[in-house]
Amino acid sequence: MAATAAGRRLGRKVSAHLLLVPFLIFALFPFYHMTLTSLKQDKELYDRTAVPLLIRQGPTLTHYTKLLWETEFLTWTKNSLLVTFLATALSLTIGTVAAYALARLQFFGVGGFGTAIFVTYLVPTSLLFLPLAQVVNWLGLADSKWALVVTYPTFLVPFCTWLLMGYFRTVPKEVEECAMVDGATRLQALWRIVLPIAIPGLVCAALFAFTLSWNEFIYALTFTSSSDEITASVGITSELIRGDIYFWGSLMAGAVLGSVPIVILYVFFLDYYVTGLTAGALK
Amino acid sequence: MAVGARVVPIAPPSLRTRVSALLDRDGILGPIFVSPAVLLLLILVAYPFCMALYFSMSNAFIGRPSHFIGLKNFINLWQSDAFRQTFQNAFVFTGAAVAVKLVLGISLALLLSEQLWFKRAIRGAILLPWVIPTALSTLGWWWMFNSLYSVVNWTGIATGLMDPPGPNWLGQKYYAMTAVVVVNIWRGLPFFAITILAGLVSIPKELYEAAEADGAGPVARFWLITLPLLKPVLTIVILFSTIFTFSEFNIIYVLTHGGPINSTHLFATLSRQIGLESGRIGEGAAISLYLFPVLMMVVYAQLKLVRKEVY
Repeated sequence: MAATAAGRRLGRKVSAHLLLVPFLIFALFPFYHMTLTSLKQDKELYDRTAVPLLIRQGPTLTHYTKLLWETEFLTWTKNSLLVTFLATALSLTIGTVAAYALARLQFFGVGGFGTAIFVTYLVPTSLLFLPLAQVVNWLGLADSKWALVVTYPTFLVPFCTWLLMGYFRTVPKEVEECAMVDGATRLQALWRIVLPIAIPGLVCAALFAFTLSWNEFIYALTFTSSSDEITASVGITSELIRGDIYFWGSLMAGAVLGSVPIVILYVFFLDYYVTGLTAGALK
Repeated sequence: MAVGARVVPIAPPSLRTRVSALLDRDGILGPIFVSPAVLLLLILVAYPFCMALYFSMSNAFIGRPSHFIGLKNFINLWQSDAFRQTFQNAFVFTGAAVAVKLVLGISLALLLSEQLWFKRAIRGAILLPWVIPTALSTLGWWWMFNSLYSVVNWTGIATGLMDPPGPNWLGQKYYAMTAVVVVNIWRGLPFFAITILAGLVSIPKELYEAAEADGAGPVARFWLITLPLLKPVLTIVILFSTIFTFSEFNIIYVLTHGGPINSTHLFATLSRQIGLESGRIGEGAAISLYLFPVLMMVVYAQLKLVRKEVY
């Protein structure tokens, strides 16, 4: 009896794994194929009789060296990093204080502000990019990466605020009130008590803000265009394609390298991504 | 100023203590804390939105003075084949992608909630398409759908599922629509699966045990327990996904640019093409504002749901 029950459980476990295989192939194959292409010699890459799923004629790094030394890829990556770090830091600061106010303070207009944050959180970037381009022009930031530092917070701040508000609400009010009874001001209580408790939330918000700005495409494509100012995604998708001639090897190498910063973060903070994803959607 | 205070032999409170006493009041600290966010939203969201409304009702053209023309843009758009095609595409694209993501998402979530050996690694792999920059991963798909070297076609031919040379994915309209829908599913499925999984985990185990004791089979348990209890999560996921699928830009822009012959254009890509590439900002703004009713519907539904849960 016990043996068959255990056997049935094992059978169920094995079949769950087997059923997951197609999903895993679907999720991962594009990355495998991208990486493979970036490492293939041109001779094999453009040989229509070759098997596209393997490297048979030896790997090569020429596509990567070409990308790094013959294009502006490093400049684009530097721009991406600058924009991403600044936009993340700015949004996290603005979002933290706004979230604290929403979660803890009672003042005129707090409900309306909460609703406004939530509505903006749902506004897709593709709705407002045309008029925003005009605003960017007036601010004198046309074709400048600073335009991105200024505009990315429009979608990062609502996100961070919403996420952090949920975290601040989970910090018991009593902890803070104790500190204030002991003579700390509200700001001190926030700085020394609440923020340290909310560190997981802050890490989560920072990770998501970083990922969202690194991955942003439509604003970067619209507000910047010269090779010195564009970000990695825009550079790879526009500058590596010249007319009808595609350099598939370098293109795929760019796609791989452009994803590296996110993959590194992802590997170290996977659990934060999982919780942040569900918290962002469900709170 | 405070002449009376001089008489009292106690030193007046220093500026610092007075400021910090003020900051301890909710009515003062609150507005200070939200003001950066409010300013940002006013200047870079509300103001551009008003501009979009104005542009959409004007004949604005890059570098030329504009005039108010009322709702003419919104009406004239219906005479354009490209716009009518886009309108239809948006519903086909969103309907197909969200439906498939929902069905696959529930199945995947059910599988992920099973006892697994490499739980963390499997979840990590499943979520990956969602974190990688879409514009870059779509480049990978672009190469996979290449007319000469498509690995999809190679595999199809090698396994006997396709007749050589296989479909020209991005060159024929129905195939191109299929291709962009597939990439959207690929990129959006992790969000569905992981969020639905979170909902599944929160269903009390006792319910299943009780149902099993009453003789309910796995199918009955799914329809009578899992699905009804998942309803709130599913609603939120569908609403979220609808607005972001409807307003998709990256995948279309990289994979097809809206082609062949507008058959994959969505509002965002057409609005960019008309508003920026052809310079007709007025018309472009009107096109992107067609996203607004969908946004409003989703916001309304979400607010009702959120209100119920939070307040």
